[in-house]
Amino acid sequence: MLDKAKRIPVAVVLAPVLAVLLALIVGSAFILTVGESPFSAYKVLLQESFGSMRGFATTLQRATPLMFTGLAVAFAFRAGLFNIGAEGQLYIGAFAAAWVGFTFTGLPKIIHLPLAVMAGMIGGAIWAAVPGLLKAKFGIHEVINSIMMNYIAYFLTDWLVTGPFQGSTMIPETKRVAASATLSRLMPPTRLTTALYIAFAAAAVMYFLMWRTKLGYEIRAVGLNPTAAEYGGINVAKITVAAMAISGALAGLAGTEQILGLNNRFIQRFSPDLGFMGVAVALLGKNHPVGIILAAVLFGALQTGAAAMDRLTSVPRELITILQGVIIFFVAAEYLFTRFMKSKGEA
Amino acid sequence: MAIVLEMKGITKQFPGVLANDRISFDVEEGEIHALVGENGSGKSTLMSILYGLYRADAGEIHVRGQRVQINEPRDAINLKIGMVFQHFMLVEPLTVAENIVLGSEIKRGPFLDYDRAVAEVERLSESYGLKIDPRAKIQDLSVGLQQRVEILKALYRGAEILILDEPTAVLTPQEVDDLMEVMHNLRAKGTSIIFITHKIREVLAISDRVTVLRRGKKVGTKATADTNPQDLAEMMVGREVLLQVEKDEAKPGEDVLEVRDLVVKDSRGAYKVNGVSLTVRRGEILGIAGVEGNGQTELVECLAGLIHPESGQVFLGGKDITDWPPLRIKQAGLGYVPEDRHRRGLVLDYSIADNLILGLHTEAPFRKRFGVQDFKAIRDNAGKLVEAFDIRPPYPHQPARKLSGGNQQKVVVAREFDRNPELLICAQPTRGVDIGAIEFIHQQVVAQRDRGAAVLLVSAELDEILSLSDRIAVMYNGKIVAVLPREEADEHKLGFLMLGGRLEDYKAGGGNNVAG
Ligand SMILES: Nc1ncnc2c1ncn2[C@@H]1O[C@H](COP(=O)(O)OP(=O)(O)OP(=O)(O)O)[C@@H](O)[C@H]1O
Ligand SMILES: [Mg+2]
Repeated sequence: MLDKAKRIPVAVVLAPVLAVLLALIVGSAFILTVGESPFSAYKVLLQESFGSMRGFATTLQRATPLMFTGLAVAFAFRAGLFNIGAEGQLYIGAFAAAWVGFTFTGLPKIIHLPLAVMAGMIGGAIWAAVPGLLKAKFGIHEVINSIMMNYIAYFLTDWLVTGPFQGSTMIPETKRVAASATLSRLMPPTRLTTALYIAFAAAAVMYFLMWRTKLGYEIRAVGLNPTAAEYGGINVAKITVAAMAISGALAGLAGTEQILGLNNRFIQRFSPDLGFMGVAVALLGKNHPVGIILAAVLFGALQTGAAAMDRLTSVPRELITILQGVIIFFVAAEYLFTRFMKSKGEA
Repeated sequence: MAIVLEMKGITKQFPGVLANDRISFDVEEGEIHALVGENGSGKSTLMSILYGLYRADAGEIHVRGQRVQINEPRDAINLKIGMVFQHFMLVEPLTVAENIVLGSEIKRGPFLDYDRAVAEVERLSESYGLKIDPRAKIQDLSVGLQQRVEILKALYRGAEILILDEPTAVLTPQEVDDLMEVMHNLRAKGTSIIFITHKIREVLAISDRVTVLRRGKKVGTKATADTNPQDLAEMMVGREVLLQVEKDEAKPGEDVLEVRDLVVKDSRGAYKVNGVSLTVRRGEILGIAGVEGNGQTELVECLAGLIHPESGQVFLGGKDITDWPPLRIKQAGLGYVPEDRHRRGLVLDYSIADNLILGLHTEAPFRKRFGVQDFKAIRDNAGKLVEAFDIRPPYPHQPARKLSGGNQQKVVVAREFDRNPELLICAQPTRGVDIGAIEFIHQQVVAQRDRGAAVLLVSAELDEILSLSDRIAVMYNGKIVAVLPREEADEHKLGFLMLGGRLEDYKAGGGNNVAG
């Protein structure tokens, strides 16, 4: 209903905030063991990631791909599907975008860029539709399929950039994409690009689709109770494939952003696990578009601050990895806890 | 007799609902105390408070004369209170013995002493007359036997006060008889039982006293011997209740549903429906009687397009709908109340309003251009149906999960009846529903018939079949073994046929011998 998505219970917002605070406390213990003050370490972190426009832009730039992969995982999750294959979809989408970027040179930007972005989405969508189809047709679990699809994507792109599409050098990467296919920078010298706007638009589209349309109604029904959805005349197989494909398109956008906004070419195994980070972002963001944007910004900030902390204090940058892990741990713990309480309440 | 349990002034407020309003309730040693009342009257809430699942806002609990605090089930178990829920909480792949000792295992070193656990369960089952194979796996047991495991589990934990929340709702008539006997045995051993049910017949058959709740308040407690069905029904509903359905003679028209030689296999490949042919005409109710598990479920799911037949044909209004997808069959004029509302009928985490459009969500007025939902239409529809079908509490935006079982059923009934279908299939339409709502649903079924719908009613309740049907088909072992006009059917005859007796033998032998 109209007011359902709007009225978010306090607990839903409170829990992730609490998880982050708890993680910061746990992090303090680690900082103390290396003989640093947690306050000054966190202060450096905050100053670097939010203290200046430039720092904030970097935070957003790092957050952008995580917004896409977070949305991707959340979209599938709403349909009851665990898309652990965002990483592979990201690679395929990235390659498709790069290929359009360096192949169709000579087009005006207004055509070339959207074309490349579309290619990225379609690449991701196709890659995700395969495990969706296998699940819908044969009941093979999507986790297994999408993990296997990840490996196929790694090795396929490995071959593409060391074989047929290798650029002129001996480095395993493609040619540069044409300037007409690159995303414009918003605040040079930072590498923040218009991809941020695309991410916001994607979040808005997801919200609209999920809570305002018949398709969203069907997707959520399948996620919550597939047998009742089937009874209600919903084609569960079709919805499964559609949800996976849309999820894959979103993951493909993450790869596209990396190519057209950051690297300007496809570099072999360029992704620092952005797809897998998406799972954490979706979890922390409670599978809600707004939550996902906030969670992505948080993770972006942690990464931005990590380097500064490493440089300016004796706290190693690995602390950030620990913090991320602990946040996920607490969010997951909260999830299990509420699940438990719920089953208790139903009795 | 000594009072073992006393609840005084128990109050529990849920957001917008006063579920328990200063309820006082006591149980004597070795009595069976029936707890009855309409859907949503607060029975489960009161018992959940006693078992430590909810905390009361006010009130006291005394057990064996001591004032106690029950904050969690562990406290209740320590006070020798046990509870059997309507939805079982057993671990399916484990054996009976493993399930029973789970959480308080007999150990040998760090390991479970399985042989001793089995011996212990055997001893327990013998002493209470609850026959069970301790080494059987839960997943292989019938619902009735699973319930027995739940009871044994409570007894194993030393329960002297046993709460049974609607235990008979999921049982076949034979299993109900078995349960009654078990309850007798337990009472003889001094166990006190709190027995929640919607069936007056069961209250009268087994309880010593009965307490009635209505809208969160206690109406009264009486000795069962001092009550009668009409009296109890009135106490529950607060007005006179028709225990008999009033309906006119059917005026059947042309065939609406025709089934020809239908054969359906289940997922394991066993034949569940084995050559069924039947017709339902406009303006009549065809009741299908039968012990549950004789293929009724598969027959109905096949008619709704949810499972595919091996062979045979289904016609709806003259059109061959065999193998049509569920949505198309719906749009061709099927209304369908499924037997399992949690599995099929509702998306529990959806609001009442969203549930009221399930299956209609693809069409106007709920769907506007470009597949956008029309929230005003959805809200209006919900407002209308919540009022017309008296769904309580009347908050369309609340998740269906928060409704009591009977009100959940009303949501399904409202959705399926309101569309004025050509063919209405009702499978166990009043399961877990209170007598007021049963009366209401029965009246609605008759109204649909009189409007001109063809109604196919599947029920395990012979009373329901006999009071609603115009014709009665008996299903046994995947086949329709007899179709009788209502006048030629009675409980005895149907019972005989349902257990595999043949119509010819009934006439010949007077109906006392069950064949095969
Ligand atoms: N967790 C909850 N949150 C909000 N309201 C609830 C909750 N549980 C029950 N209620 C409401 O409290 C009232 C009492 O519900 P309860 O389940 O105790 O009824 P009941 O007598 O057991 O009904 P039934 O016969 O249908 O099982 C109902 O109006 C129900 O909607
Ligand atoms: Mg109840």
